[in-house]
Amino acid sequence: MTETLQEEAREAPETPPEMPLHMRRKGFDPVPEMAALRDDEGVRQVETAFGMPAFLVTRHADVKAVLADSARFSNESRRAFDAPGAPKLSAEERDRMRAGNLLGVDPPEHTRLRRMLTPEFTVRRMRRLEPRIVEIVDDHLDQMGKAGPPSDLVADFALPIPSLVICELLGVPYADRESFQRRTGKLLDISLPMDERLELGRESREYMAGLVARAQAAPGDDMLGMLVRDHGDDLSTDELIGIAGLLLIAGHETTSNMLGLGALALLRHPEQLALVRDDPAAVAPAVEELLRFLGIVHSGIPRTTTRDVEVGGVAIPAGSLVILALAAANRDPRLLADGDRLDITRDAAGHVAFGHGVHHCLGAPLARMEMRIAFPALLRRFPRLALAVPFDEVEFRAFHFIYGLRSLPVTW
Amino acid sequence: MKISQMRITADRDVCIGAGMCVMTAEEVFDQGDDGIVVVIEVEVPPEHADAAARAVAACPSGALRRVDA
Repeated sequence: MTETLQEEAREAPETPPEMPLHMRRKGFDPVPEMAALRDDEGVRQVETAFGMPAFLVTRHADVKAVLADSARFSNESRRAFDAPGAPKLSAEERDRMRAGNLLGVDPPEHTRLRRMLTPEFTVRRMRRLEPRIVEIVDDHLDQMGKAGPPSDLVADFALPIPSLVICELLGVPYADRESFQRRTGKLLDISLPMDERLELGRESREYMAGLVARAQAAPGDDMLGMLVRDHGDDLSTDELIGIAGLLLIAGHETTSNMLGLGALALLRHPEQLALVRDDPAAVAPAVEELLRFLGIVHSGIPRTTTRDVEVGGVAIPAGSLVILALAAANRDPRLLADGDRLDITRDAAGHVAFGHGVHHCLGAPLARMEMRIAFPALLRRFPRLALAVPFDEVEFRAFHFIYGLRSLPVTW
Repeated sequence: MKISQMRITADRDVCIGAGMCVMTAEEVFDQGDDGIVVVIEVEVPPEHADAAARAVAACPSGALRRVDA
């Protein structure tokens, strides 16, 4: 994976788009301008990473209100494809690429797809997975212990654990990880030229199409097999490919960045790290606080207004793009006091790190379980875990749909 | 002193099966095999009232309602 990351960092694209305001960070924090915007005007007209005009919504209450209202704020944004310089797709290919993408459809279509998946992510179902996740975490800690110190916590722990978990759940051969991890990492890298990302999207679909064909021929006990068996008549092959592709991306890009960034945040707050390591009761609230504080999904999917609306006192015309600044909303003083401080002992439950409304993260129970197992296990196995480089040299992965780290050199 | 009884209703058509309620107040809420909410204690015992109120606030889909008697 380290090689892949270096390869990813090669030459810059010809015209690197400017990083949008809501993605700019200093270390863990949104830039101070974001806090000023949130605490002052609340909503501002900005440009997206692709040069489209949009309204940036930053206050916690406004963000929740928009996310809760899928009738007026639609996920079916066709305009996102009309960005300047966007590759032209045939209507047929566009439909094929959208099929099964739960994040690209509204109710009732969204409800139809989501209901097929909810049984797979119940709290009870997640508890049944717990022993296997513990085993996967322990295996990776064993390997780290044998090979190190030092270790790259991203390559050896944060990325492979969620990746293996989602592969087993979904029915994706883990042996293929190098290629799909590289593809998804780049698919979400907004600094890359759009036609390159489109090509990666096509490659991804081709890969998933092969897995879906296999599941259709002989459905296994995994989620792909379940979808084919229980919903094969309701789902087109394109939808199956879309659902599986989304789950694979969402299942490892998100949790892995939380594990990497979260470990770094704890290393920077040793007294809080000690609590997570030593007090089992501290773990669940700590995970919520890390989700809130790190806000790794900068903004999620932009919404498109279906009619003239008003958000936070600002009039937004029909057909406008609306970006939700999740990380800034998570630190809104109206949500909680002193939000720029990490405090794992607080009640952070109101955060919007998993979104809100009908598109609230499907995999949230899985992500929470993985983190609740992985953080304390890591800290107990290596009680003297420490950064192996100065903090200033830790490479954040800035211009990316999901905030994270390129690598995290640690020792113990 | 009469303490008002907390009652919770759930709209199973609106629920998206996020499981936040079960995580927040497992004595009051459950999920069916379909992942959709089941209210175990429609009339919430006082000792679970705080957790139940937090669950209503946390529900992403707005499927839960407090209708206190």
